[in-house]
Amino acid sequence: MALLLTGAIQLGMIYAIMAMGVFISFRILNVPDLTVEGSFTLGVAVSAVVATKGHPVLALFCALLAGAAAGLVTSFLHTKIRIQTILAGILTMTSLYTINLAIMGGRANISLFASETVLTLLEKSTGLSSGMVKTIVTIAVTAIVFALLSLFFKTRFGLKIRATGDNEEMVRASSINASVTKCAGLMLGNACVALSGAMLCQYQKSADISLGAGMVVVGLASVIIGEALVGKRNVILGILSVVVGSVAYQIIIAIALKVRLLPAYGLKLISACIVAISLTLPVVRDEIKKVRRGKKNV
Amino acid sequence: MSDTILKLCNVTKVFHPNTVNENRAIDNLSFELKKGDFVTILGSNGSGKSTMFNLIAGSLLADSGEIYLEGENITLVPDYIRARKIGRIFQDPMKGTAPSLTIEENLALAYSRKSKSKIFSINKEDRKVFVELLSMLGLGLENRLKTKIGLLSGGQRQAVTLLMSTIADPSLLLLDEHTAALDPNTAVKILEITKELVEYSKTSTMMITHDINAALSIGNRTIMMDSGRIILDISGEERKNMTVESLLKLYKKESKKELSNDRILFSAGDMGEE
Ligand SMILES: Nc1ncnc2c1ncn2[C@@H]1O[C@H](COP(=O)(O)OP(=O)(O)O)[C@@H](O)[C@H]1O
Ligand SMILES: [Mg+2]
Repeated sequence: MALLLTGAIQLGMIYAIMAMGVFISFRILNVPDLTVEGSFTLGVAVSAVVATKGHPVLALFCALLAGAAAGLVTSFLHTKIRIQTILAGILTMTSLYTINLAIMGGRANISLFASETVLTLLEKSTGLSSGMVKTIVTIAVTAIVFALLSLFFKTRFGLKIRATGDNEEMVRASSINASVTKCAGLMLGNACVALSGAMLCQYQKSADISLGAGMVVVGLASVIIGEALVGKRNVILGILSVVVGSVAYQIIIAIALKVRLLPAYGLKLISACIVAISLTLPVVRDEIKKVRRGKKNV
Repeated sequence: MSDTILKLCNVTKVFHPNTVNENRAIDNLSFELKKGDFVTILGSNGSGKSTMFNLIAGSLLADSGEIYLEGENITLVPDYIRARKIGRIFQDPMKGTAPSLTIEENLALAYSRKSKSKIFSINKEDRKVFVELLSMLGLGLENRLKTKIGLLSGGQRQAVTLLMSTIADPSLLLLDEHTAALDPNTAVKILEITKELVEYSKTSTMMITHDINAALSIGNRTIMMDSGRIILDISGEERKNMTVESLLKLYKKESKKELSNDRILFSAGDMGEE
C-alpha cells in the first residue's frame, strides 16, 4: 500500500505540471486549449530523443521550448487568423501527431532503458535509492514550476494575462494588447504541459506516441478536484490546488485499480465522468434553488 | 491650438449606406473641446451620442472628416492605441473591471504606467496611493484592497472604474451614461464622485447623460445632439441662467420635434431611471 501511495504521489507530481498548464489556459486565460493533447506527446518525444542522445537535463529544457512553440502556433491561428480556439487547438494537435512521429524517427515508441535519465544521473551522484530519487525529483521539479508560476502571475505582465482571461473587453479598452497576453499565456501553458510529458518519459523510461491522449480531461479533473479540496481564493492558491488535485486524482486512480474497481482501460471513462459530473453540479444546484423558490411562492 | 484637446472636423458616419436602412448617425459634425473642459451631452435616444464616442475612441471609423487629439490626426489610428490617451466608461458596470481580480489588482492595471514597481504588479508605495484614492470615494473600499471586484455592487464597481480611468491620466475621458444602470441614490453618489475625480485630476471630460439637471449643474459646458448634429452648445453665463424648462423649449425649437414624444428628455430629474 505504501508503495502504491508513493507511486501515485510521484505520478501526481509529474502530471501536476501538465495540470498547471491546463489551469493556465482553461482557468486563467479562459481559453479551452486542446493543443495540450499534442504538446504533452511533443514533450515526451523531444525528451526521449534528446535523452537517448545522452543529454537528459537538456531534454527537459528542449521540451519546454517545443511546448511553447506549439502554444505559439495555436495562438497565431486564433489571434491572427481568427480561428476559434477549439478548432485552432485541434489543428495544432493534429499536426503535432505527425511532427511527434517524425521527431521519434517514425517509431511509435522509444525505450530509454539503455540511456541516462535525470533520475539515473541523480541516483549515481547521490547514491540514494531509485525510489527515493524519484520522489525527490518529481516533487522538486513540480515545486520549482509552482514557485516560478506563482511569482510570474504576481508580476505586471502576469497580471495582464490574468486580466485578459477575466475581462478581455476591458483589457482591450485599457491599451493592453490582448493578442500578446493570450499568446504568452498559451505558450506558458503548453510549455508546462510539454515539460510534464518530458518528465513522464524519463520517469517511466519509455516514450509512446499515444501518451498525450486524454490529457485535457486528466488535467481538468485535477483542476476540479483541487478546487474542491483547496478552493481558489487567489491565484497562488489556485495553482497550488491544481497540484493537490493532481496528486489526489492519481491516488484515487491507483486505489481504484488496486481493488479492481475498474480495469486499466476504464481510466479515461472515469476521468471524463469526474469532469462531466463536476460540471453538472452547479446546474443541479441552480435547479434545486429554483424548485425551492417555486415551493415558497406556492 | 495648443489648448485644444479634441477637434472633430466635418465628421460623418452613415450606417448601411445605399440601402433602404441608410442612417446618417453623425452628420457633418464639427466640435472642439478645450483642455480641462468638462462638457455634458444631452440628446434623445438614437441622436448619435454613443456613435460620436465610438468615432472618437476608434471603435468605429469615420466615413469622412477628421479627428484630432492634442493636435495629432487620429482619424485612422486603431482603438487600442487611442486607448492610451482616451479613457472610456460605459453604462454597464461589469464592463470596466475584471471581476476575479482584487480591487488593488484592478487599480494596478490602470496604474501600471505610473507605478514605480518595475517587475511586480503592486508594491507598498502603490498601495499607499490606492488607499488614498479609494478613501476619496467615501465608500469604505480603502479597507478592502484584497476583495475581489466581482463581490462589489454595481455602484461600487462603477466608482472603481472611474478611479481607474482617472489614475491612468488620460488626455480625454468619455463617460457614456455611466450612471444609467444604477439605482437613483447610487447614481447621485457616482455623479458626485465623477465631479470630484474630474476636478481632482483636471481631465478633459465628455459625459453623456439623460439627466438634464445633472447636465446643467456638472461641468462647464453643455451640448445637445439631434439627428447626428449638435443643435445647441452653451457655456458661461448663458448656461448658468439656463433652466430645465428653457432648455426643453430650446430643444423643441431647434429639433422641431414634439417633446411629448420623447420619453428620454421627459425623464429629466429622475436620475436616468428608465
Ligand atoms: N453599430 C451600428 N450599426 C448600425 N447602426 C447603428 C450602430 N450604432 C448605432 N447605430 C444607429 O445610429 C443611430 C445613433 O445611435 P447612437 O449613437 O447609439 O445613439 P444614442 O447614443 O444617442 O442613443 C441610431 O439610429 C442607431 O440605431
Ligand atoms: Mg447611447
